[in-house]
Amino acid sequence: MLKVSDLECVRGERSLFKDINFSLEAGELMQVNGPNGSGKTSLLRILCGLAIPAHGEICWCGNTIRSLDEEYHNVITYLGHLNGAKDNLTAIENLRISSALAGNEIEESKAHEALRHMGLGGCEVLPVKVLSQGQRRRVTLARLLVCSTVLWILDEPLVALDGAAVKLVQSLLEQHLEQGGMVVMTTHQDINITAVVTKRLQLA
Amino acid sequence: MFLWVIQRDLLLAMRQRADVLTTLFFFIIVVSLFPLGVGPEINMLRAMAPGVMWVAALLASMLSLERMFSSDYLDGTLEQMLLSPQPLSLVVLGKVLAHWLVTGVPLVLIAPVLGIQFNLPMDALLVLTASLLLGTPVLSLIGAIGAALTLGLRGGGVLVSLLVLPLYIPVLIFGAGAVEASSVGLGASTHLSLLGAFLLASLVFAPWATAAALRISME
Repeated sequence: MLKVSDLECVRGERSLFKDINFSLEAGELMQVNGPNGSGKTSLLRILCGLAIPAHGEICWCGNTIRSLDEEYHNVITYLGHLNGAKDNLTAIENLRISSALAGNEIEESKAHEALRHMGLGGCEVLPVKVLSQGQRRRVTLARLLVCSTVLWILDEPLVALDGAAVKLVQSLLEQHLEQGGMVVMTTHQDINITAVVTKRLQLA
Repeated sequence: MFLWVIQRDLLLAMRQRADVLTTLFFFIIVVSLFPLGVGPEINMLRAMAPGVMWVAALLASMLSLERMFSSDYLDGTLEQMLLSPQPLSLVVLGKVLAHWLVTGVPLVLIAPVLGIQFNLPMDALLVLTASLLLGTPVLSLIGAIGAALTLGLRGGGVLVSLLVLPLYIPVLIFGAGAVEASSVGLGASTHLSLLGAFLLASLVFAPWATAAALRISME
């Protein structure tokens, strides 16, 4: 499904990584590990098409993602290290708007339910700027509950989350993988996700 | 989706009204300073009114350009827009339209009132309003390209002015020219048609160029 060949990323004069090859099938999890500055975020941005690699190709179902372009955006959900939530909008507005922008319009009741599931009951109508860092992260992660994409690309999804939320995300990912989804993620936290196949990619 | 983008930006503008009012008050104050500065010479005021109003409108629109993409860039929502399954130029068009509704439309509405300070006759006021109505969307459209190109740069604000102001010149010439032409009895329809042509051309070209610029800036 997702096939990466000979990927190389250059930042300025420095080559961050090269000769990255892997493929990902339905139900598989890919954990990208590496120290700070080793290019994890760059790799994920390349995978979702936000950045262009210096060399190499990424194919989705046999077609390069550049030729698929917007079609590819229909099958991925990318959560970067920025939350992608507007401070002045409420949690529920943020969730509904970001879902609509991702091509998936949801009803208010569904958004309420997703936020409640993420443990944000009672905070739905507060502007995001008054929420704590962890709560903001939960608002962002609530998108995973309502989206219907196959490939999730998650950059440090567990940052700022408490133990209960980490468990919640873990079960969310496991459920997604069970249903034939794919996940590419980076994390510095210890998390044990049961998947049929867990691949690890170590960046220098 | 297009409507969601507009709705979102209008909602945000409602929540941070200060940003919207800054542009409007800037326009009002700049335009009002001229009659105070040059004195109550009616003929002179009338002659310079279109130019003053238009230059003030350019500067006011300039003032709000930097905000068009930068806050979305900083909180990561722009990233999500780039990953939208809809064409990026459509998202851009939505944002530009919202920007015009928030910064351009108030200027168009207040312009006839300010024109009275310059003792402009009724038909000149109408032409002025019409020219601003056709011209201010062009300012937002062209400005979006500059705002997208300078995204995330230090001193982006100054650079935007240098990039965008020269491109505003045709709009300024024909916008202010329309009022002058009508006041000397030549009729404003030629100027207004040209402004309309600018609007159509930039409506086609600018969203596409802005989308390309955003892709480069976000890399």
